[in-house]
Amino acid sequence: MGRVLMKGCEAIAEAAVRAGCRFYAGYPITPQNEIPEYLSRRLPEVGGVFVQGESEIASVNMVYGAGQTGTRSMTTSSSTGVSLYSEGIAFCASARIPIVYVNVARGGPGIGSIQPSQQDYLQATKASGNGGFQMIVLAPSTVQEAADMTYRAFDLADRDRNPVLILSDGVIGTIMEPVELPPAKTEEEVKANKESKRSWACVGHKLDVAHRSWIQPGTFLPARLEERNKAAAEMYASWEPEAEEYLLEDAEIVITAYGISARIAKSVVDDMRREGKKAGLIRPITVNPFPYASYEKINYGVCKGILDVEMAIPALMVQDVKMGVKGRAPIETCLCSGGNIMRKGTVRKAAEELLLR
Amino acid sequence: METNLLVGGFGGQGVMTLGKFLASATCDSTEKNVTFFPSYGAEQRGGTANCYVVISDHPVGAPIPDEADDLIVMNEASLHRFIDMLKPGGTLFVNSSIVESEPDRMDIHIVKAPVTDLALKMGNPRVLNIIMLGVYAGYTGVIPEEVVWETIARKFAKKPGVLAVNKEAFEKGLAIGRKAAEE
Repeated sequence: MGRVLMKGCEAIAEAAVRAGCRFYAGYPITPQNEIPEYLSRRLPEVGGVFVQGESEIASVNMVYGAGQTGTRSMTTSSSTGVSLYSEGIAFCASARIPIVYVNVARGGPGIGSIQPSQQDYLQATKASGNGGFQMIVLAPSTVQEAADMTYRAFDLADRDRNPVLILSDGVIGTIMEPVELPPAKTEEEVKANKESKRSWACVGHKLDVAHRSWIQPGTFLPARLEERNKAAAEMYASWEPEAEEYLLEDAEIVITAYGISARIAKSVVDDMRREGKKAGLIRPITVNPFPYASYEKINYGVCKGILDVEMAIPALMVQDVKMGVKGRAPIETCLCSGGNIMRKGTVRKAAEELLLR
Repeated sequence: METNLLVGGFGGQGVMTLGKFLASATCDSTEKNVTFFPSYGAEQRGGTANCYVVISDHPVGAPIPDEADDLIVMNEASLHRFIDMLKPGGTLFVNSSIVESEPDRMDIHIVKAPVTDLALKMGNPRVLNIIMLGVYAGYTGVIPEEVVWETIARKFAKKPGVLAVNKEAFEKGLAIGRKAAEE
């Protein structure tokens, strides 16, 4: 299949269907409404279920319930709506229910603005709910990546029996770009996937009491909960971070950014390289686990500084960047917030200033 | 090589459709990269509507460019709002039926097309955007004219009744664009 021009939100929705997602619940909020709009039409075509919930809280709990049956399930929202997911996602993590959810982020805090932003980084990567659970968080920088990551997120969620978050933003959600869609799982594959979860899923075990399923988001026994949390921590530690490391060997300035900011930053790096200026880029692809090791690849002998570019004020990812850089080079920030979109010229100016040091 | 276009007008003038058709044509019939970014007011009709189309040989970095190579203004408000974004040497395409002001810049090319009047004369006020798309394709040749037309034809495949009027509209625009390019 060739490339098609698709909106980011629609590519996410179609990729989910192709990955075998057969249950979706969500509540409308800009700028992600094209996801439920698309799925309301598309899911019934493949025998799936679409529900417009009465709220975000209802929606995330429906997805929690559907996930318990082994059905690949998803919900999506934006920023202030994702805040309402906190309890439900923490329950999914605690009960080890694989679900996928997407944040098409907008300006904040609170209801903020409907325009794009990257202000939910810490919420997404550090504490999407209570209890210190962790998730793999993927940050797409193109519509193609939004589709590919959504498709892959279902496999990761099933592998770990844990929620997976796609941290996107209102630009990636609303731009149209050419995309090659991943192959659609056949009905047999979708059934086999669900069947593979029979050992733990609530699919009806009749009177076979010994093998019945019991979804437990908690326990009254501290010793048992500690064991479960230890097992989860081991799983978190096994995750491999992913990053794009671009032209670092001789880079005198390294720009670091994720998602929408990263593609803008990369085009600045290319422009500077064309003029013989030695710029490089580190783009976290998984923002959790964070690719701290990528910052070891910087040539600190020649690097004059790191430029952290984010559509967030105050800067948020910079906290992780500092832990990666460990004081070996100065770190400056280039920021916008509230729904303003990062400009190429703004990044270029900040990079040039750092280069002059 | 990267070319970007900013289209501004009010809701209902087909601003988004113009941009989307251009982006679709690029995606369907060329190897180039392309992004389409819409920006709306809250209103469905009568509010501001503008969109950005970036067509490039390499991956597109910023879907919202700092300055525009080409600017299409479908109404007066868009002229004032966006004229400073047009880079020196860039081209301004004006819906001269309703835009009365003259831009006070000497460093740009100006292509005037009375697309609202032409559409009304054709008996279908809705095709003004297709006329303007023709003007743009005819003047810039950013992607081949026939590629743009094939996409328009495909988009209207389910409404064969409007195909002829859109063809006529596109060709009217092409003629204006080509003529302006020769001058």
